[in-house]
Amino acid sequence: MIGQQRQAAAPVAPGPKRRLASRRGLLGACAVLTLLLVVSVVVAIGLGPAVIAPGETARHLWAALSGGTIGADEVTTHQIIWQIRTPRVLLAALVGAGLSAIGVVIQAMVRNALADPFVLGVSSGASVGAVAVTTTGGLAVLGIHAVSVGAFLGALGASLLVYLAAAGRGGLSPLRLVLTGVAMSLGFQAVMSLLVYLAPNNEATSTVLFWTMGSFGAASWDVLPVVAVAVLGGLVLMYRRGRVLDVLSLGDETAASLGVAAGRQRTVLLVIVSLVTGVMVAVSGAIAFVGLVMPHVVRILVGATHARVLAVAPLAGALFMVWVDLAARTVVAPRELPLGVITALVGVPVFVALMRRGGYTFGGR
Amino acid sequence: MELRIEELSVVTDGRTLVDRLSLTVSEGAIVGLVGPNGSGKSTALRCVYRALRPSAGAVRVGGQDLSRLTPRQSARTVAATTQDGGVDVDFTVEEVVALGRAPHRRGNEPLNARERELCRAAMERLDIAHLAQRTVPGLSGGERQRVLLARALVQEPRVLVLDEPTNHLDIRHQLGLLSFLRGAGLTVLVVLHDLNLAAAVCDRVGVLADGRLVATGTPAEVLTAQLVDEVFGVRAEVVPHPVSGAPQLLYSLDPS
Repeated sequence: MIGQQRQAAAPVAPGPKRRLASRRGLLGACAVLTLLLVVSVVVAIGLGPAVIAPGETARHLWAALSGGTIGADEVTTHQIIWQIRTPRVLLAALVGAGLSAIGVVIQAMVRNALADPFVLGVSSGASVGAVAVTTTGGLAVLGIHAVSVGAFLGALGASLLVYLAAAGRGGLSPLRLVLTGVAMSLGFQAVMSLLVYLAPNNEATSTVLFWTMGSFGAASWDVLPVVAVAVLGGLVLMYRRGRVLDVLSLGDETAASLGVAAGRQRTVLLVIVSLVTGVMVAVSGAIAFVGLVMPHVVRILVGATHARVLAVAPLAGALFMVWVDLAARTVVAPRELPLGVITALVGVPVFVALMRRGGYTFGGR
Repeated sequence: MELRIEELSVVTDGRTLVDRLSLTVSEGAIVGLVGPNGSGKSTALRCVYRALRPSAGAVRVGGQDLSRLTPRQSARTVAATTQDGGVDVDFTVEEVVALGRAPHRRGNEPLNARERELCRAAMERLDIAHLAQRTVPGLSGGERQRVLLARALVQEPRVLVLDEPTNHLDIRHQLGLLSFLRGAGLTVLVVLHDLNLAAAVCDRVGVLADGRLVATGTPAEVLTAQLVDEVFGVRAEVVPHPVSGAPQLLYSLDPS
């Protein structure tokens, strides 16, 4: 890149350091992250109350995938690996990827560096749905999935309410959207508290705890395909709108002059984001912090262009979440730590350190 | 291409912001839109760059009614620099300029060699090539205005619409920008606050008051002491510029 070399010689104030600025650097970063992710998944599947060496884990995974055979004495190990840990670790990777990418999209949609996937009331809506199902015994026909379905419906209902309340004449304005989301979230939390207060049983309380703190304890092969389709589909749809997101972050007037109808694009994005977030929250609760901070971390490393950020953020988020979940289930085993506690305790210092080094301004000055 | 605004009206919440405005900018001409605050200048411009749908009337470019084009199609003929030029995220100058190709490219398609050269040349012309890797939020107002203009040029428009492009610019950059417009060969519709700048740069000037076009013509025809008094409510002497002959307004401090 000749231009960059010339740039280095020019007497200008240094901009933020972007070690991965080139196209090659980006591909390299994605390759390294993918490799790390695969290795981490195998290692994480091996770790837990019964420690299994990575080579052994890989052999079992291969046997399960290829329909190969295992020894009769290994059935228990195989069960632990394939039936319990694999779905859980994969769910962690999917949710980490989804939350990071959605954080990127939401921040561009509402033009706010403080936005996260739950800023539009999705998580509190999901909690209301879950608690309502728990306390009223509704949706009983769905069996063990009733609470998740309730949470999903709650999340979608919340998004719809926020959309209806925020949509005005000129389409969805960023500020109206974020203000409505914050206000509605508080309303949903009040409804949730009311439900718990009126039906004070332990089940309702623990349901609330699960949805506000987040856990992958409910992972299973039954739910994984739904989450995989939602998250991976969402990632593709969002990635394809990378340049639209770039244009949206220049402001609605400028977007219009560049041929992007901001209000309509925001509505399309809201639908994608609500569906994917709804599915994730329904199975894992609202895991805070990842969707807020991972976008910034990735922008510090690769710059603000959304196609680049959306290529790296899912991988980084997945990697991060696999390790967070591993910590959650091993650090104070046999008890489990809430995921939100770890994401914040690990993420905040890393984030502050990166931010202070990079000269990153969050779009401010 | 010729830009024609025909009987354009904008009504919101029962208030008429623009009232049957008709104005033509002939091919390659620079037409200034002046008027007091709230007279509807920006609202009229917003209809031209499709940020606002007019309540009645039409905007035609080269005879083509813009409302019959998709937003992308009209963004290939009409480019604009708007007042919300703030950039939220840490885009570099180079990245913002490249976004001028958004109406020409599908999805995330990368720019081809010709387009990259176009961006480089636009940055060179506007003297921001040395800022290419700097982030936009850290730029001065004048530098940012030039970035926005470079982005608009990269759009390869036939018509350029500028909303108070000289805001935040020091006098050197104001003159630099306007003389650049004179040499750009584009059809330009520009909202300006400074009547003297308008007189210096525009072929024709339209004066808006309360959403209505109250005068249009060459700067010398339009910018008279009487009109300035009527529309802006200030007293001014009009004298010819000693070198260019363009009308210059010298204001009195005490209102009329």
